[in-house]
Amino acid sequence: MSVTVADVEHVARLARLGLNPDQKELFACQMSAILGYVEKLKELDTEGITPTSHAVPMENVFREDVEKMPMGVVKALSNAPQRSGSFFNVPKVIE
Amino acid sequence: MNIYDMTIHQLHDLLKTKQISAVEAAKDLLARIETVEPLIGSFITVTPEQALAGAEAADRRIAAGNMDLLTGIPLAVKDIFLTEGIRTTCGSRILENFIPPYSATSWEKLLDRGAVLLGKLNQDEFAMGSSNESSAYGTCRNPWDTTRIPGGSSGGSAAAIAARQATATLGTDTGGSIRQPASHCGCVGLKPTYGRVSRYGVIAYASSLDQVGPLTRDVIDCAIMLGALAGHDPKDSTSVDTPVPDYVSALTGDIKGIKIGLPKEYFISGLDPDVQKAMDAAIETYQRLGAEFIDVSLPHTDYAVATYYLIATAEASSNLARYDGVRFGHRAKEAASLLDMYVQSRSEGFGTEVKRRIMLGTYALSSGYYDAYYVKAQKVRTLIMNDFIKAFNDVDVMLTPVAPTPAFKISEKINDPLQMYLSDIFTIPVNLAGTCAMSLPAGFSADGLPIGVQLIGKPFGEETILRAGYAFEQATDWHKASASL
Repeated sequence: MSVTVADVEHVARLARLGLNPDQKELFACQMSAILGYVEKLKELDTEGITPTSHAVPMENVFREDVEKMPMGVVKALSNAPQRSGSFFNVPKVIE
Repeated sequence: MNIYDMTIHQLHDLLKTKQISAVEAAKDLLARIETVEPLIGSFITVTPEQALAGAEAADRRIAAGNMDLLTGIPLAVKDIFLTEGIRTTCGSRILENFIPPYSATSWEKLLDRGAVLLGKLNQDEFAMGSSNESSAYGTCRNPWDTTRIPGGSSGGSAAAIAARQATATLGTDTGGSIRQPASHCGCVGLKPTYGRVSRYGVIAYASSLDQVGPLTRDVIDCAIMLGALAGHDPKDSTSVDTPVPDYVSALTGDIKGIKIGLPKEYFISGLDPDVQKAMDAAIETYQRLGAEFIDVSLPHTDYAVATYYLIATAEASSNLARYDGVRFGHRAKEAASLLDMYVQSRSEGFGTEVKRRIMLGTYALSSGYYDAYYVKAQKVRTLIMNDFIKAFNDVDVMLTPVAPTPAFKISEKINDPLQMYLSDIFTIPVNLAGTCAMSLPAGFSADGLPIGVQLIGKPFGEETILRAGYAFEQATDWHKASASL
């Protein structure tokens, strides 16, 4: 399995990560090695095997719909990098 | 005996009979932290104010006769647990200034019993690592040999116990992150069954694998801590609503007739001779105690690391999408657009190992590769789980090594992620199967490094592995050894 720098750039875009040229080279090389290693899963015939997404067999978990006090705006905004009033500020989205 | 050398149950007896106060105990541990911390680096944040306030409250509670086994006991928790009003970094620059507005259920349960918080412990960034070297807050060193790693990702949680900086600690285990550092630092570390302990307020890495557990000086302490932590939490819908047994009363010392499985795939040719020696000695001890050994097979063991690094990284890439610089965490200063802000904030805030795993996980989930990698890994996970179900038809517990070697040198594997990942080969299958396992001190290498052995239990079989661990501990002295600092 060979991962190219172009593959790395594509995945970085999806993951919202910016990488410098050295990191791109390094990740291309390391991801190739790791994905090469995971190729061994192909040795196994998994036809008809149900995938496991959760180790404990559980059905949907329901609870009563009761009114509760939420955390509150002050607390919820206490870690905001930038805020105005009861809003989070972000750079302009629409021109 | 120094206060800082004591177990929870020893310290409890002194607090109960008023031979010492909780404030004295807290001050003793804080002084110890100050002395040895420059050598070890177990902590990201020390919290002397909370410790003293908590100890005063504990003393009032003891005076009022309203005492629990954990009242006045000085503990420290991995910096992955949210602690209301106390900075929580998860070992990452991206959360350098994050002050949680609420606490993790597991920590709150200990607090309700009167436990005292000494501080927040060093760890690999977002719990991604096997050596604690991916922490953004400096190296954590192994107290038995400070040129070596303490293990990871809960490296600080294990080192703090070995260096006598906390009476017990909390860690998390996604692929071995409690058991491997416990083994490398000579302490007891338990990963409970998935769903046994609430994960609410624990910063997520790989949600189908993450589990909270204690690291302690002995098995009695481990049983005390698990009893306090276990139970259903309405705030974590993956926590399981089954009764919590009295784990301490499970420690009878009698294991005659217990059936212990030895999975043949765990005794590979590459096993370090010192680890093999510790395993052989542990088997002999158990035979003397009346255990019956049975050879079992976990045929898909060799596929576990590959399966884990696809599932864990895929879940991580999704979980870590929340760090976007909008609501909390680091935000890049100069970003012109919203997209730039996301990219720059994440690129500045995350370290290399975290970026590497986000990249791998994003790749495994991306269009065209989802079935070949992610779904394939989930199917192999089913095969690995079935191996465990089958083996447990014949045995009560399994006994295996924790790690293929004792603690390695700092920097030894940092440039070869695949080699680093392979060091978790004996712990990862347990997380994939969702069951419970414990690391127990079981010897030392020729160089004087601690070696642990792993007891693997059936799902919700914590009582059985604690009973087996306690019997072993009663027959050996390994857990009593302490690192000279």
